[in-house]
Amino acid sequence: MIFEQLLFFVAGLGALAGAMGVVLIRNPFYSVLSLVVHLIALAVLFLLLHAEFIAAAQVVVYAGAVMVLYVFVVAYVGGSDEPLGPEGGTLGRIGPLFAAALFVELAIAVVGSSLDALGSTGPDVGASFGSPGEIGRLLLTKFLLPFEAASFLLLIAAVGAVVLARKRRGLDVDDEQVPTLSVTDVLREEGAR
Amino acid sequence: MDVAWFVVLSAFIFAIGAAGVLTRRSPLVILLCLELMLNAGNLALIAFSRMLGNQDGQVFALIVMVVAACEVVIGLGIIVAMYRRRLPIDIDQMNELRG
Repeated sequence: MIFEQLLFFVAGLGALAGAMGVVLIRNPFYSVLSLVVHLIALAVLFLLLHAEFIAAAQVVVYAGAVMVLYVFVVAYVGGSDEPLGPEGGTLGRIGPLFAAALFVELAIAVVGSSLDALGSTGPDVGASFGSPGEIGRLLLTKFLLPFEAASFLLLIAAVGAVVLARKRRGLDVDDEQVPTLSVTDVLREEGAR
Repeated sequence: MDVAWFVVLSAFIFAIGAAGVLTRRSPLVILLCLELMLNAGNLALIAFSRMLGNQDGQVFALIVMVVAACEVVIGLGIIVAMYRRRLPIDIDQMNELRG
């Protein structure tokens, strides 16, 4: 029991430190590495909550695959240091205030809710709780439709990424042309400017 | 550990992520902060799933991870396309959709 509490505080502090690092570090590359620390600490917390399969998927999918994608893109785009603080405009100043208000509000909502079970460790569950077998059985019986919808969503995202990152003809010749500063430019055909 | 500890921790991480989304200017870091917020939601889902002794929340967390992966792929694709068109990677200058 004491070991469990110790693990919770170590992993929780790791998760918080990782999250603070993502927000506060100026170099995007180190932000990505900080997020990896955060994700691994979260996987430990998931293990404490008897979610073994989710913890494994978190490490393999998130800390493995997605973060490698981030590292590649940051290396490609060349993440430059950016100024923090008041240069971000009005929103940069009131942003932390808003976040603090959000946390206070969420904490009040949690503490003020009259859920008795919040103060307990939850019911005793068997060893199979959260195991790959149980999650797989749920995915293929009770949650078959969300499972299939998620697979379609992944397919659409893959196709969309290919369309977005495809090399268009005539891309590198218009150096002298003043670019329009817009996010929608990437969706537009080249001749349509 | 009481479930309330996990839920409060998830609220804290969510607030940190929201602060990052509001204050940072690089779209890459904003995507990272969105990941923070999604992961805070995942932690709350799994904590409540443990509280109820019901595994539905874990399946929901898995689906959230799938959606997060899709969001990352599309967001990074847009950033790479912007970089190739030599558009500035700055969220303050992407204001054409503001109307």
